[in-house]
Amino acid sequence: MLGYIFRRLLLAIPTLLVMLTVVFILVRLVPGDPAVAMLGDRASEATLQTLREQLGLNQPIAVQYFEFLGNMITGDFGKSMVTGRTVLSEVGAVLPYTLELTFSAMVLGTLFGLPLGVIAAVRRNKWPDYVSRILSLIGLSFPGFVSAILLLLCFAVWQHWLPVMSRASSDPVTHIRNLILPALNLGLIMMAYIARVTRSSMLDVLGEDYIRTAQAKGVKARTLVMRHALGNALIPIVTVVGLYFGTLIGNSVLAEIVFTRPGLGKLILGALQSRDYTMLQGLMVVFAIFVILVNTATDVIYGLVDPRVSYKK
Amino acid sequence: MTSAAISNSSKTVTSSPVLNALRRNRMAWLGGGTLFIIVMVAIFAPLIAPHDPLEQNILARLSPPSADFWLGTDSYGRDVLSRLLYGARISLSIGFLSVLTAMIVGSSLGMLAGYIGGVFEQIVMGLVDVLLSFPTLLLGLMIAAMLGASFENLIIAIAITEMAPFARVARAPTIAVKRRDFVDAGRSLGLSPLRILGVHILPNILSDVVVVGSLWMASAIRTEASLAFIGLGVLPPTATWGGMIREGFDNILTAWWLVVFPSVAILITVLALNILGDALRDAIDPKTRSGQ
Repeated sequence: MLGYIFRRLLLAIPTLLVMLTVVFILVRLVPGDPAVAMLGDRASEATLQTLREQLGLNQPIAVQYFEFLGNMITGDFGKSMVTGRTVLSEVGAVLPYTLELTFSAMVLGTLFGLPLGVIAAVRRNKWPDYVSRILSLIGLSFPGFVSAILLLLCFAVWQHWLPVMSRASSDPVTHIRNLILPALNLGLIMMAYIARVTRSSMLDVLGEDYIRTAQAKGVKARTLVMRHALGNALIPIVTVVGLYFGTLIGNSVLAEIVFTRPGLGKLILGALQSRDYTMLQGLMVVFAIFVILVNTATDVIYGLVDPRVSYKK
Repeated sequence: MTSAAISNSSKTVTSSPVLNALRRNRMAWLGGGTLFIIVMVAIFAPLIAPHDPLEQNILARLSPPSADFWLGTDSYGRDVLSRLLYGARISLSIGFLSVLTAMIVGSSLGMLAGYIGGVFEQIVMGLVDVLLSFPTLLLGLMIAAMLGASFENLIIAIAITEMAPFARVARAPTIAVKRRDFVDAGRSLGLSPLRILGVHILPNILSDVVVVGSLWMASAIRTEASLAFIGLGVLPPTATWGGMIREGFDNILTAWWLVVFPSVAILITVLALNILGDALRDAIDPKTRSGQ
């Protein structure tokens, strides 16, 4: 098992290299002299030169590339041009908020999405199925910020049940009240997604011969669905949910902006507004590593759920 | 892409069971009909719009929906309904053009990867895997931020985020078709690889690519709106749905109409595209086709 995890991590290295290369190219996409583009025309030559040095722009492109790779691999993600703090410390300060949000969304989504999908598949083409399908279609159509704004209007502006701003708070009750709307927002989208994947995965499994055999042998409907069918249907669900994690982080950026909540989203927005390109570059790399880690974890869980995946070879 | 290739493939599409299944699907009509209305509204916006979308009416700032301004006015006194109608043009054209770009570039790369094979194929597909695993919105955000927000740059940014699925869809059938006798025959007749790809392989994969394209259009429109909301949209004062929500968000406590109507517009458009996409997906899947 440990060997299997280790091999998966090894496989992530080429992906990481490609991602780093993509980020490297992206930052150099800025038209014209990046230093001027970042600081504006009125910046003094000295400031421009400092930035060029900081970004390594005064060196040949190959040197820049390998220096960039070296820095990133040794964990040096650069410094913010505005605050002067390292990208890692900025990320570290807000990461718990984003993780807390995405994790609660994941839990909410799974808690409601999984049963919704199972019921839809078992009652195929009956009203529970239609309700579940319409709900997930609507949920999947909402851009993350639109649903966030509508929730904000309904529960914080029109009805003053929950706070409009979800600023950081040390009081645990306020803290949880602040979390409810953003988590609900992302959780509903997640629920729609999981319900849809669960339904189609369950439908595939329920059509298998072994299910009919079990039925013929007189296995109780409940056992049939929960153990025989769902057990196997879970395999593709885990993969898809894992892959969705990236989208969840993307949506959390929007949710954080709408609900004025600290987190990676606010960090990105701030970097964008102040044209803090070193911060953006660092954040891109952090996100890339995040996505790769989650994908690798998904693979590992896949191996745990699916007994056919062999750890030996 | 020659005209012969297009007419050839459209012939196979019209006589296909896919279109028949689609015609019998009520959801396809619902999604397609709604989308048709939105497209018409976008095209004829100058004729339908009751006001100039950029005209500022200082005396009627932030007025709620009324007989004069059906959907109210924004903080500059501009008519929300007119801005909404004109905004449809931006959303639809960026959505359509970015998917078209992604379709052309992505499927060309996929076809070339499948046809050439070897190291080139590995590099392209490696890149595709990375693009697929990176969240669409974040990638779009990064590219748009680096390029600077403008109509063309948004199309490029969104196209890059959506290229990968087209490359995947185009590659597999290219490999399958490549081994068929008629491609060998063409090659031995001395046809150039470009001609073989364009005339003999493209028509075989075109319908798949178009279906994937229609599925991604909803995502493209969502991404455009989200980027505009973050502040990376087409520059103001041009009306875009995401941009309207961004501006209205500052007044959310007092002027709900500024955010609700553009939100509904985005939702209806994406929903219509998703419903149509689902119907299309059902229609191409032989398992579900008979059930419809």
